Amino acid sequence: MATRERTRKARSREQRHDYLLSEAQLEEMYYYMLLARRLSERMLILNRQGRAPFVIAGAGQEAAQVGAAMALERGTDYLAPYYRDLAMNLVFGMTAREAMLNVLGKRDDPNSYGRQMPAHWSSPARRIVTQSSVVATQLVHAVGIALGARLRGEQLVVMACCGEGATSRGDFHEALNFAAIHRLPVIFFVENNGYAISERTEKEMPVPHVADRARAYDMHAAIVDGMDCVAVYQTVKPAVDQARRGGGPWLIEAKCYRLWAHSSEDDDTRYRPRKELEEWAKKDPITVFRERVLADGIFPREDLEEIEAHVEEEVRDAVEWALAQPDPAPEDALTHVYKEY
Amino acid sequence: MAVLRMRDALREALREEMRRNPKIFLMGEDIGKYGGSYAVTAGLLEEFGEERVRDTPIAESVIVGAGIGAAMAGYHPMVELMTINFSFLALDQIVNNAAKLLYMSNGQINVPLVIRMASGGGSQLGATHSHSLEGLYAHFPGLKVVCPAFPADAKGLLKRAFRDQNTVIFIEHTANYGLRGEVPDDPDFLIEFGQANIVREGRDVTIVGYSGSVHQALRAAEILAEQEEVEAEVIDLRTLRPLDIATVVESVKKTNRCVVVEDDWKFGGFAGEIAALVMEHAFDWLDAPVARVCSKDVPMPYNRTLEYAALPSEEDVVDAVLAMF
Repeated sequence: MATRERTRKARSREQRHDYLLSEAQLEEMYYYMLLARRLSERMLILNRQGRAPFVIAGAGQEAAQVGAAMALERGTDYLAPYYRDLAMNLVFGMTAREAMLNVLGKRDDPNSYGRQMPAHWSSPARRIVTQSSVVATQLVHAVGIALGARLRGEQLVVMACCGEGATSRGDFHEALNFAAIHRLPVIFFVENNGYAISERTEKEMPVPHVADRARAYDMHAAIVDGMDCVAVYQTVKPAVDQARRGGGPWLIEAKCYRLWAHSSEDDDTRYRPRKELEEWAKKDPITVFRERVLADGIFPREDLEEIEAHVEEEVRDAVEWALAQPDPAPEDALTHVYKEY
Repeated sequence: MAVLRMRDALREALREEMRRNPKIFLMGEDIGKYGGSYAVTAGLLEEFGEERVRDTPIAESVIVGAGIGAAMAGYHPMVELMTINFSFLALDQIVNNAAKLLYMSNGQINVPLVIRMASGGGSQLGATHSHSLEGLYAHFPGLKVVCPAFPADAKGLLKRAFRDQNTVIFIEHTANYGLRGEVPDDPDFLIEFGQANIVREGRDVTIVGYSGSVHQALRAAEILAEQEEVEAEVIDLRTLRPLDIATVVESVKKTNRCVVVEDDWKFGGFAGEIAALVMEHAFDWLDAPVARVCSKDVPMPYNRTLEYAALPSEEDVVDAVLAMF
């Protein structure tokens, strides 16, 4: 037993070196991925109960999101997320309670106070900027934020996110072109989940990889296994560091998979083969991560179970608390059209 | 006071505001060495450098979108879109983002951005350069819409736009760029939004216009005075949002007649909004239905004869006025 314990510890040190991540960071990864998934599951239940009108989630993309967001400097760097990026926002400081206020459209939802559809994340204090429902439009804002930072002489990075479907839009190309011309510190992080609602990637673009699109803009590009949180971190972190030093923008494609339907309004059995889904479900990034850290002996099972219990309680509390919060009043619809001069 | 052309007055406004506020920078196609399609930004690159006078690729969405991003990050950019017809390439950014971000964020994110563009017919620029769509932008809550008719107003309103915390759509009539007028050189000269200007006093009829149509209204008023002994009061709205309807209503209560002139199409246009407001506020004072003199319902043709046939003329305004007596 003692020998086995020593072996485990020795292996653990070795693995940590491979990961270039501390044990605390690995725990953080697991915590955020799991929190996002459990919150999304509860949101969907609230939707089926008729309490949340609309849910759009990122199940299957948590590893990509957490790995990428953890590579940023929170409080310094900007995040221009897209609607599936709940996990990224959690990494950037959004709480479970706030996420629940958002999906319920409650008066005190700090994202938009019930004004936007759920999952249009926003928190100026945390440097999270909101987005339109029109995909890719936040990418051009990211370019402007980076331009502003350049003018001010601030060394910050802007991460602009979208799905692969958004990369067919003009805004994607206009943003990449502009960022590349001026070598702006923007990381265009594309979560390629295989589907633009019902359309598979081969119907969306003629090139096999989103990252191929970077060539037209003479931009750094990388492809990473988006189901592997550690790999994503290890790919994104050097890119962020380089962009911060003035090395120009990056296009990073995380290959992942949308494990759920497009939204609470979608029935994906109409277009997605069950067999394909079953194959990808075996690669569920959260399960894979758990098995891997256990197999590698990074930390004992009890630590993981402790995180799991904590997440369960946090989600339970968030739902119970958020449901009891007030809805906006009718007169709240009329404010903040113009800012006072 | 100095006599300046409208384009020079606009440039003076940009120069003074850029000197005053280091957070202001300019972006657009050909605004640097080329000096802007209508020569408004000529010389500014030399004074302020490439960081603050930035040439962009032909990509309207990112021009406006990057302006929005920089505004969110604490800057006060001005972006130039060449013409109002080209602004449609950025309509999503203007309407779905610039106009709505403050509301959608419940007051947390505002977009202090000035978007300049040229509009108006009469310069033989065809159907995709020449329309007058000020009223379209005025339709969207969250935007402010400014459309000066005179050099002094152009300067005072553009300077005022840079003191605003919202997105301002600043629309200049192509036929007015060379128009001369006295312009104050006081760096604190500002014209408040939402203040219409009575540019000619009269007792018999109120003619309302903005941008290019103010000049048609004034020419029509001269004809009416010389040939018909009708004294028209001419009101320049100056801004469509916020709109100073009180000045119009007050005038109509005096003259009992109202004609609205605009280069836009009549159907669904801004003149209809003015007519409705006058009827809501001054119905009992009207001796005749409010008349609208607008463009013909066709895309703007190129040939000069065809273009003039499509645009409203001062004769059309005179006829509309005389039909009320």
